[in-house]
This record gives sequence, C-alpha cells and structure tokens, in this order.
Amino acid sequence: MDNLVEMKKIHKAYDGVVALKGIDFQIGYNEVVGILGDNGAGKSTLIKIIAGVHSFDKGEMYIKGKRINPKKHSVKTARNMGVETVYQEKALAEKQALWRNIFIGRQITNTLGFINIKKEQEETDKIMRDLMKFRGVGVGADSIIRTLSGGERQGVAISRAMYFEADPVILDEPTMALSLQEVKKVLNFIESIKEKGKSCIYISHNIANVYPVSDRFVAIDRGKVVGEFERKDISLQELSEGLIKYTEEVIQNKQEEKGKSNE
Amino acid sequence: MNDLEKKFRVKKTTKYKSQIALIIMVISIFGLFMITSPEVFLKWRIYQSFLSTVPIMGVMALGLTFVLAMGEIDLSFPSVMGMSGFIFAVTFQATNNVLLSIIASLLSGLTVGCINGVLVTCIGIPSIVATLGMQFLIRGFSNIISDGLSRTVALGGTFSYKIFAERLGVIPVQSIWFLGIAIFFYFLLLRHKFGEQALFIGDNKEAARMMGVNVIMMKIMVFMLMGAIASFAGILSCYRMRTWWPTMGEGYLMMVMAAVFVGGTSMFGGEANIEGTFIGAFIIGSLEAGIVASGLSGFWTQFVCGVLIIVSVIIHTISKKRRGT
Repeated sequence: MDNLVEMKKIHKAYDGVVALKGIDFQIGYNEVVGILGDNGAGKSTLIKIIAGVHSFDKGEMYIKGKRINPKKHSVKTARNMGVETVYQEKALAEKQALWRNIFIGRQITNTLGFINIKKEQEETDKIMRDLMKFRGVGVGADSIIRTLSGGERQGVAISRAMYFEADPVILDEPTMALSLQEVKKVLNFIESIKEKGKSCIYISHNIANVYPVSDRFVAIDRGKVVGEFERKDISLQELSEGLIKYTEEVIQNKQEEKGKSNE
Repeated sequence: MNDLEKKFRVKKTTKYKSQIALIIMVISIFGLFMITSPEVFLKWRIYQSFLSTVPIMGVMALGLTFVLAMGEIDLSFPSVMGMSGFIFAVTFQATNNVLLSIIASLLSGLTVGCINGVLVTCIGIPSIVATLGMQFLIRGFSNIISDGLSRTVALGGTFSYKIFAERLGVIPVQSIWFLGIAIFFYFLLLRHKFGEQALFIGDNKEAARMMGVNVIMMKIMVFMLMGAIASFAGILSCYRMRTWWPTMGEGYLMMVMAAVFVGGTSMFGGEANIEGTFIGAFIIGSLEAGIVASGLSGFWTQFVCGVLIIVSVIIHTISKKRRGT
C-alpha cells in the first residue's frame, strides 16, 4: 500500500440521509489533493471521516497502510497517526499569545506540569523563521492572535500542524473570507507543506485557489466521485468549464426527471 | 524609529495600564480615607483588621477569577462556604481532630464543585443557572442539617489556631494565606498547563478541544477548585470567629464579584487578572469601614462601591481597546 490515505467504497449516512455513496479516494505521500464540490456534496463528511470526527458505515479505510476500524477511529487516534485538520474558526484562541497557541495541548512542561515558557518561545521563534517565514511583518512569538491578519492566522495554524509532523494536513476552506493578498499567503503555506515532503487535502469552493497548488483534483457530487484529474492534464479553464457544464447537465437531468414524473 | 518599533512601544506602555490604574485607585481611596478620618486611617490597627477580614472574601475572589477565565461563572460559593464551615465545625466538635475536620470540609466543597461541573458540562446547563440553583440548594441543605443553629468551635489555643487565625508579628496570618494562594494561582494560571488550558477554553472552546484539551474534565476540575477554595474561606471564617453561624457567607456574592471585576477580569473568558483581583479585594473589602469612619452613613457604601465598579470597568475596557484588541 503506497498511499498515505486510502478509502475504498466508503458509505456514510446520518440518520438515514446518505452522505457518501461508496467513495473511492486516495492521497499519496507528498501530494496535494484539491477536493471540489458544491455544498452538500460530501466534502466535509469525507474529511471528517479521515480526521476521526465521524465514523463510516461501510467500506475500508487505510491510513499509512494501517486498516482503520471505524468503531475505534477518533479525533485522538487520527491525530496520533498524524492526521490534523485546520479549521478556520476553530484553529486558534484569539486572546492568547502566538507561542501559547502553538503548544496548546502539547505543552513543553516539567514533571509538575509547569510550562517551560522560554523553551516554548524559542521553539516558536524557530517555527516562525523556518516554517512561517514571517520576516519583519511585526509579528513575534509574543503577539496576541487577534492582532494578526486572517492569512497570518492560517499560517500559524498550518505551521503548527507542520511542526508537529502532521501528514496529511487537512485544510477546510482555508481561504474563505480572506482578501486576495491574504489568500496568496495561505497558498504559499500550502506550497511549503509540499516542499517539506508532506501531503495536504485542500477543500475549497474557489477553483482558482485550489488549482495552482494542487497536484490532483477530485470532484465530488452527491456522495460520489464524479471526476479525477491530474493538474498536468487539465487547465484551470477546462476544469472550471467542465465543472460548470457538469452542474448544468445535472440540473437538466433533474428537470427532465421531474418532467417525466409529472407526466 | 520605524513604524514597527512605534507599534511595539505603544504595546509595552499600555500593557500595564490596568494595573497602574488600579494602584492609583488604591492610593487615592486610602489617601482620601486618611484625610477624612486620620484618627483611624493613620493607625496600624485598621489595616490589621483589613488584613484579617479581606482575605476570607479575597481567596474566593481568586477562585472566581479562575472560573471566569474559563468563561464560566459560579454563584454557589457563598453557600458552599457556609456548608463547608458547618461540616468543619461539627466534625471538629465530634472528633476534636483538626486535620480530619479540614479534610472533611474541603471534600464537601470539592463535591459541590464536582456537581456544578457535571451539571454544566455533561448535562449542559449554563453555569449561571446551575450554580444559582446550587446556591439555594446548598444553603437550604446546611440550614436543614444544622437546624439553623450556630455552633461554637473551641479552637482557641490550639496549634492550628496559630496557623489560621493568629498573627505573625503584626501581620494577621489570613493575609499570608491570601498572598500565598494568590501567588500560587498566578503561577497556576499563567505558567501551568492547567491554567493555560482554562484560558484557552474561555477563549475558544472549540479550538481547545481540537488541540486535544479535555474540555469537560478541565471544567469540572476548575469548578472543584472553586468549591475547595470556598470551603477554605469557611474554615478561615470559623477560626476567626471561633463560631459557625447559619448565614455564614451571605453577602459575599456581590462583594466577591465586585472585587474580581474591579480587578480587571472580564466576563467573556480567556482573560484573567490575578494581581487585579488581589488589589480589588482590598479596595472592596475596605470601603465600608472607610466610609463609616469618615462619618458618612453606611448607605454611602453601596453608592461608592457602584461608582468604583463602573469607573474601573470603563478604564479596563478602554485600555483593552487601545491595545488594538
């Protein structure tokens, strides 16, 4: 098994509502995969299953070659295997210092549980130098999170995941509600994930953002994979036109079905 | 100097604005009292009295600061103080064993704290409602089991009396306990994993959960800490008066909250000001004596207390806004 995450025929239903109808999905080592799809397509369900937030009903899932038991898979076990999700709103505590946000839940402490503040701050400086590459932006280890811009916050969360050797890093709409300049910063972080030899699953509505940083795209619709493309095989224009065309066809088919059933 | 340095300069000077404002407030209040009633406020005795009374509400204010940092509130502590004081008194009457009495009393506080925590986390009742209910329940409970009668506690002359109620030189020991607990809480909040996690829960519960903080366990433990500290206040009070009385703790609810808010801790969680609470307790705790000694009627106490709360909260809020936050 040479894939980082491998899903075979995964089914998932919530209280009778089917969210995933036999999804096949895989992500290789050192690969960035963009997942495309409308609201309700099943994107979130898919990543939440990988991250251990939800279990799955049927199918097989492997992470780093290890078969996952859906009953025993949790956020904690997923994290222990390196799966880390960065949610925009749930990533950082706003009123706390940057260095505290890096180490929360994984504090460097002595045996009595007291935090080694100096060490944590030094490590944070190192992270900022090597991973975040914030140079002269007025952000330090001591900065309070709410003084940071949206892109910088995403950068902190992604760098944190990378520092703790997360693989894959899952990004759920990381560029939502960000200005163009901030989006660019986030895309740079995604590129650096790839540079460090790690993998990333990137979910976004915005194809233009996903396109330049992804190696591969998986289009999902109503719980099924409806298309898979390598970036080298498809241009941004083709991809977006294809998706629009696909959506139009779906709508047309639906209307036809409706028309038939009305007849 | 470039813009960046300027930005940092501003941050550094405003960082301690709240504390500076508090110290100015203390100096001006006591300065005013010294002018209006020099015969009282220029003598050590009144301060000695404050140093033995303020710590009893002060330790509870420290506990409440911790609860507020986590974004929750506890209204049950005055009743817990009363109930745990009762348990201390009757255990001592029955066994004459100080250590056993203290342990029993602290355990009762921890138990109530645990119940509060479970109501808030596992059942999902907002803490203001859950602890309001517990406040009545516990007061009623201690009235029922005590039959509403006071208990005398013959503690005078024992070794523990020296530790909990006498003076070290001219300093009442209660104030040493208060200072010690304040320092302990300061380090627990800002240097320890426990406090950091409480602050993160108060700030962004979901982020804390996502980063592996056990939110339910943490909340229960902080409520238990509050329960234990209220018990401790009850024990100190029993030692000071050598009596337990059924209304012990009543009247502390608003005073303790006032001390915390004057000290600069906000209701919104994620922030706490232990040093502020320490100073705030002395401001609130000395008002009544100061006002009465100045020759004003006791009615002025509430008025002045209200003014102080409003003014200090305005200062804290504005200084936080200026910090660009």
